[in-house]
Amino acid sequence: MLELIVISTLNGLLFGMLLFLLSSGLTVIFSMMGVLNFAHASFYMLGAFFGYQLTKWIGFWPALLLAPLLVGAIGMAVERYGLRNTHKHGHVAELLLTFGLAFAIEEIVAMMWGRSPVDYRVPALLDFPAFTIFSTNYPAYKIFMLAVSILIFVVLLMVLKRTRVGLIVQAALTHPHMVGHLGHNVGRIFMLVFGVGSALAGIAGVIAGPALVTQSDMAAALGPILFVVIVFGGLGSLPGAFIASLVIGLIQTFAVALNGSLASAFGPLDPSAGPSVLTDIWNVTIAQVAPIVPYLLLVIILIVRPMGLMGTRET
Amino acid sequence: MNAKTTSTATSTSTIAEKPTGDGLRFYGIWLAGIAVLILLPLIFSSGGSLTSFSLIGIAIVFALSYNILLGQTGLLSFGHAVHYGLGGFAACHMMNAVVSHGWPIPLPFIPLFGGLGGLVFAIIIGWLMTKRAGTVFSMISLGIAELVASSSLILRSVFGGESGISTDRTALPKLLGLSFGPQLQVYYLIAFWLVISAIAMYALTRTPLGRISNAVRDNPERVQFIGYDPHVVRYIAFCFAGFFAGVAGGLAAINFEIANAAYLGAIQSGLVLFSTFIGGVAFFFGPILGAILVTYLQLGLTSVTGVWQLYFGIIFIGIVMLSPGGIAGLVMMHRPLVRAGTLPTVVPSYLLAAVPTMALACGVILAIESIARTHSGQGNPINLFGIAFNPASPMTWASAAVLVAGGFVVARLSWRRVGDAWDRAATVARDRGDLA
Repeated sequence: MLELIVISTLNGLLFGMLLFLLSSGLTVIFSMMGVLNFAHASFYMLGAFFGYQLTKWIGFWPALLLAPLLVGAIGMAVERYGLRNTHKHGHVAELLLTFGLAFAIEEIVAMMWGRSPVDYRVPALLDFPAFTIFSTNYPAYKIFMLAVSILIFVVLLMVLKRTRVGLIVQAALTHPHMVGHLGHNVGRIFMLVFGVGSALAGIAGVIAGPALVTQSDMAAALGPILFVVIVFGGLGSLPGAFIASLVIGLIQTFAVALNGSLASAFGPLDPSAGPSVLTDIWNVTIAQVAPIVPYLLLVIILIVRPMGLMGTRET
Repeated sequence: MNAKTTSTATSTSTIAEKPTGDGLRFYGIWLAGIAVLILLPLIFSSGGSLTSFSLIGIAIVFALSYNILLGQTGLLSFGHAVHYGLGGFAACHMMNAVVSHGWPIPLPFIPLFGGLGGLVFAIIIGWLMTKRAGTVFSMISLGIAELVASSSLILRSVFGGESGISTDRTALPKLLGLSFGPQLQVYYLIAFWLVISAIAMYALTRTPLGRISNAVRDNPERVQFIGYDPHVVRYIAFCFAGFFAGVAGGLAAINFEIANAAYLGAIQSGLVLFSTFIGGVAFFFGPILGAILVTYLQLGLTSVTGVWQLYFGIIFIGIVMLSPGGIAGLVMMHRPLVRAGTLPTVVPSYLLAAVPTMALACGVILAIESIARTHSGQGNPINLFGIAFNPASPMTWASAAVLVAGGFVVARLSWRRVGDAWDRAATVARDRGDLA
């Protein structure tokens, strides 16, 4: 039992940090432009596939650097030639543009790499067990992922809170016109921030690809959870997104690891009752419920606190 | 279609300026539509076209119900298929219950129960969802849709797991001696419900509720000032949309005699969003156009290319970026010019621009198909207007590159000419008082 708790906590933290890598970029973009980037999870998927392809050609470490840059460049192009032109048609049009983009990216990826998972492996350098707890070997690569995520988190925080660049970005988020009057090119700042946000998603993709499955529906599987994270944490709040990522990462990992059901706790129902909704619910295991737990959380938080955990406004 | 736009436009300005003698024209359009629905299967009577018409009919009801949310109330939902799917399941369970209990309910009434299925879920979840509009509503709708779609695989006794719930439409009590075995009878059943639902949904846009929904879409604060609660208005609109989506789901359940988890899934939600938006949300007939086009493309393209969904995505992105009013918006743009009689001055520049645009499109198609066929390992040639291109040969890639690059540059120039011609024509139309 203790073993399960330790391993699940580690895995949960890892998944939570990955979620945060993605939702931090999404949150910054959202607070900046007021538009939710539906294609954010697609950038994550692109990161994974670029990582896979580049690893095949030039090895993992150059790919770790190059793939996020490529994804960031694509993100900047999307902002410059797509969103900026669509802005005049309003936020719904912008949201729909990113929705169409997510759809198109999924189809393009399926076209280029097929719909089945690709063979994206952990680099040989990190392919060893880092330590052994209770007879379970914990892979070094997962520790590496955790380290990268935390490193990026710290750097992001430092850049946003401690540097001049962060100051200008933060000012542009709230007072774009004032920043423009001070002589900064607000359009370019937006483009760069969008690019950085996409590149963050790309990094998450490159490092998560070997550990999770790299295939063409990974964006569609992760996208909705990202939105739950953002609503749960409170729209536009980075600390909120951080807490929500960890909470959802931990809850989901623990739910997958547990195999109990109401039937196992209280004994099976009277078999004469026959199949019904009640027996379905009675017999379903916690592991089976794991995929819907985040959405249940979403509904609960909306009832209890509509602005999310750390959100300040109710829009 | 152009004539139909006159009376079905939902913008307030057209209503204000509509002369009283327009009534005949208005009912004429509806009657013509009904006549077309009756005559269609008599002209195209093959089994394939009957199936297509049935699917298009279902898609139209679904898209119109979606437009109650997106077009009328301004709620962008990513989970509308939930109501459609639940309607389908409700209809299936109802049909099975009718058969097993021997209730005297004939098949034509079943879509009503589908509608109730969609409505009940909307009533339960809608209050929470419609608390907030805009982006938050979109995300919540996505989350709820995922919740329902995932639960449908857990609650096996209700949703039948992977295989779904199947039923037999011919086992229900007969009405007027109709067994609803042949597709033709099912088509007429769908057409009947299509007309009923379309009239009901159109009438809805004319009620005070429809009007206040538009106001909520445009300016919720002001609606609050004049004493209405935007939340309540959104909730009621959401319930109506859920009901009609359920009707569409019920029709689908009758048509396929099965309901499964795919009905509620993200793909179905995405398709209805695509149909509605490509058709155009600002006009009542927009979603109808979109549903016809998207269903037709879906049926037609699947046999031609393996990557038809990519074309969908590209068309959608193109519409969002270039014409947010959709096809209906494009059509309606020309109305003042037609009235002023200046449309012929624009047509030549259109024809001129069409050539490089077509070249660009061909280049894109050639490139996509070459990549797709190279990667899928099947090297069969691409047939483009009777010319066979071998995906492996460098000639194909070169011609694709030339078509894309050349087409893009020339198309940009020629569309600028269209803009100039348009401005001139619009100026004349404005002088004659046909363009505000």
